[in-house]
This record gives sequence, C-alpha cells and structure tokens, in this order.
Amino acid sequence: MLLAALLVAIALSSVAAEVSPSLFWAKIGNFTGYFGRLLHLDSGALVFSDPVEWFWGIGRWLRLLGETLVMAYVGTVLGAIGAFFLAFLAAANVTPNRWLSMAVRRFCEFCRTVPGLVFALMFVIAFGLGPMAGVLAVAIHSLGTLGKLFSEVVENIDMKPVEGVSSTGAPWHVAMRFGALPQVSSSFVSYALLRFEINVRESAVLGFVGAGGIGMDLFEAIRKFYYSDVSAILVMIVVTVALIDILTGMIRHRLIDLVEKH
Amino acid sequence: MLRLDGVVKQFGAKRAVDGISLGVPSGQFVGVIGQSGSGKSTLLRMINRLGDPTGGVIRFGDVDVTALKGRALRQWRARCAMIFQQFNLAGRLDVLTNVLMGRAFHAPAWRAVLKLWTDEEKAMGLSALESLDIARLAGQRADTLSGGQQQRVAIARALIQEPEIILADEPIASLDPRNTQVVMDALQHINRHFGITVICNLHSLDLARKYCDRLVGLAAGRLVFDGAPAALTDHVARDLYGLESADVIGPASAPGFVPGAQPGLALAGS
Repeated sequence: MLLAALLVAIALSSVAAEVSPSLFWAKIGNFTGYFGRLLHLDSGALVFSDPVEWFWGIGRWLRLLGETLVMAYVGTVLGAIGAFFLAFLAAANVTPNRWLSMAVRRFCEFCRTVPGLVFALMFVIAFGLGPMAGVLAVAIHSLGTLGKLFSEVVENIDMKPVEGVSSTGAPWHVAMRFGALPQVSSSFVSYALLRFEINVRESAVLGFVGAGGIGMDLFEAIRKFYYSDVSAILVMIVVTVALIDILTGMIRHRLIDLVEKH
Repeated sequence: MLRLDGVVKQFGAKRAVDGISLGVPSGQFVGVIGQSGSGKSTLLRMINRLGDPTGGVIRFGDVDVTALKGRALRQWRARCAMIFQQFNLAGRLDVLTNVLMGRAFHAPAWRAVLKLWTDEEKAMGLSALESLDIARLAGQRADTLSGGQQQRVAIARALIQEPEIILADEPIASLDPRNTQVVMDALQHINRHFGITVICNLHSLDLARKYCDRLVGLAAGRLVFDGAPAALTDHVARDLYGLESADVIGPASAPGFVPGAQPGLALAGS
C-alpha cells in the first residue's frame, strides 16, 4: 500500500518536473557518446595510449589547482574565524542578548542559503575576474555553515564551568574563553577541516563564473569541446579531492582520538 | 549586613522561593536547611544573581543587589563568591588557571583572556591552594582530581576573589565523609580567621548543627525556622523534613553516635 503510494507519488512528481523516462532512454546515447569522446585524443587514439599528450597542460593545470586549494584554504580560514566569534553570540545558552542571537542566526542562514556560485558571480562583478572573488564566496558560505555548526556545538556544552567562571564576576568573554572554549575547541577544528574538504570541491566549480582556480580552464575546455582536456582536468580534480579527503579525515580521527583519551 | 526583603522566585506557576525576609550580619556562618526542592539553591543563586528574583529586594550595606547591572553586577559577584555542589570547574584547564578565575573581575579582561597573569596574581592563587593543602596539584588538569580536591580548588578560586560573603550551595553533597570534613573545616576556617560571612546550604542536620552559628530552615520556599542550632529540636526538624526526616535525623539519635566522627553519614542517599 505504502509502496504503491510511493510509486504514484514518484510518477506524479516526474510528470510535474517534466522528467520523462522516454526522453532519458532516447538521449542517454548522447551522454555515453560524450563520455566516450572524453576518452579520446584529437588524433582519435585512446587517452591512455599517450598520457604525455593527454596531460599536455599539466604545468598550468597544477598551478590552477594550487590556486583552487589556496582559495579553499583561505576561504575556510576566514569563514571559520568569523564563525568562531558569531557562534558564541548565536548559541541560545550563552548569548549575551536574545535579539542579537536571533539576528546572528538569520545572518548565518542568509550566508549559507545563497549558493556560493551566486556570491562568486557578484564578487566577480565587484572585484573583477580572479581568485579574490572565489575566496570571498567560499568565506561567506563557510561563515554561514560553520556559524550554525559551531553554535550548535556551543549549545551542547556543560554550562557548569561557564557558571563557575561567571559567578566570580568575570565578564562575558572571559567566561566564554575559560568556561566554554575548552569544551568546544576540538569540535570546532574538526568541523572546520570537514568544511575545508567540501570547500575544495566547491572551489573547483567557482572558476565557471570566473572566480579563479582550475574551474576556469575546465569550463573553457567544456565549452570549446577540448574533450581530452576535460577528462584530464577532471582526473586531476578527483585525485586532489580524494587526497585532501584522506588527509583531513586522518587529522580529524586523530583529533577525535585525542579528545576521547583525555 | 546582607538583607533579603520579601524575595520571591517564580518558575511558571510554581513559587520556588516564596517571600523570604532575612538579615545576615557580617561574619556569621549561616546554614540553610530544608528538603530537596525547598528553594535553598534558588535562594543562594539569587543572592549571587546567577538567577534574578521575580520579586522582593536583596541589599548588602547600601547596595541594592537586585538592581545591579553590567560592571556593578560583576563587582557584586566578585564580592560574593559562590561554591557549587558540582564544583563547576573548567575540567580541561589546569588547577591554577581555574583558581585564577577568581581574579577575573579585578584583572583587565584582555590580560585574563590571554592568560597573562601577573606574578602577584599567580602567587595569590598558589598561596590559596597552599592554605588548602593542594598547591602540589597546581599544574594538573582539574578533571583528574578527586571530588574533594576539586571542591578545594573551587574554594581557592572563591578565596582569591577576596570576597565578603561566600555562598556554598550543598558544597559537600557529592563528597565522601572524609572530604566532607575537610571541606567544611576549610569553610569554618575561612569564616573564623578572615571574618568572611558564609551562607551554606546543607542537607545534613548533623553538619548544620556542628558548623553553623545560625540555622535557617526552608520548606516549600518559605522560611519556617530561624535560630540557633540548639533551638532546632528533633520535633521542629521532623516538621521541616517531613518524609525525609528519617534520613536526616535518624543517625543523630542512634545510641553511641559521636557528633562529627562520621560527618557524612546523614548524606547517604542524598
């Protein structure tokens, strides 16, 4: 019964969204065909037969990939710093003012709801082409997401130490520094690393709107039908993202171990 | 002189503290007794302003404590130290840093945040720890300490506030009998030698009788007894504690019991 209802719902929504299986079957060949062309050089040979020709632009692409990583890194750091301060203002249990908390929450919501690409586009218009726009877009998006995550971490702390420090007449930020921060710092770092992982992937796309990094070359290759270049760049992005994932994953697990041991 | 005048604390429909008026002269050791839920903790927290009263006035000298805000409120908190049942230390920080929180009002905030304590402040913290016999633990993480040690750290933190009043909210309820005695003796010492007023919530009547100059009994948020410990007869105590009275009074009237020999006995089960 439930299953039938589910199937009906899927059918109805696919009609509404103009998703038609027949179109999918008719055109799937185009996709696989494109995929096939990605794997062939201009000469018609398979890309694997001549890796040097396939990765002819590796010097430039590595530089752009580096730029992408730097964008993600700087953006994450800036966003995390901002989120660090906003989190204590937003968290319901420690906020100095309920209205301020509300305002900060709405602000973070805005920062993470507007897609990063939109911010990137606006910053490209403001500051011109290049990684500066990308960094700002990543920073604002990270501020929004990390601000929410950090404030949720703060909301889960044990309030007794905060109360202990406050009871001595310490000002609010001293109570946060010594009562709350020791309880949240490792989670903050862990979330920031996770965000960095995500930001590396996102920054790779930001170049599509001219906001710097490898995305600019990838977009150009797609539009100009440089098939083997598209696949070469994609391979490089995938390998880089995988490496970053493994690396940050390792650091995060060591952090979690550290916290649990003590 | 600390004066409470018709102090009320309302939580929704329930009155946790219902119109308490009380005067505490400086230098007294006052025990606040009563069942769990009788409003003892709420009362103490309102004096330090960790909780705001919904009615009534608290005065200290000519300061209206209930009207304080901002820096003046923090100054009041510094003058009126608080000790908690669960110690309320920052477990992941070292003992000395926890103690130095007691200077957080007096030191400029930027210096406190960066942990740039002066030698004088550190010496103050260490000597407070030394007077409680735990200076050797200064570098350890607070959460590696036993309950009794943690409560002494909390007392050291209160001491270097140089307070005029110490509010102790069931300070020994989480401790074993030996540590109970150590902590209560420390509070008594502070009261007698530094002349600091101590207001201490206690569940155990034996301890209250042994250490306090004066007892205040609460029941359902109202003040039902105020007098010298000797005036608190078993009859009055039974009224005060109701169903819990067997727990609280029982051991004291048992034959052969030496008051103070097992100070924590009445705490069993509390």
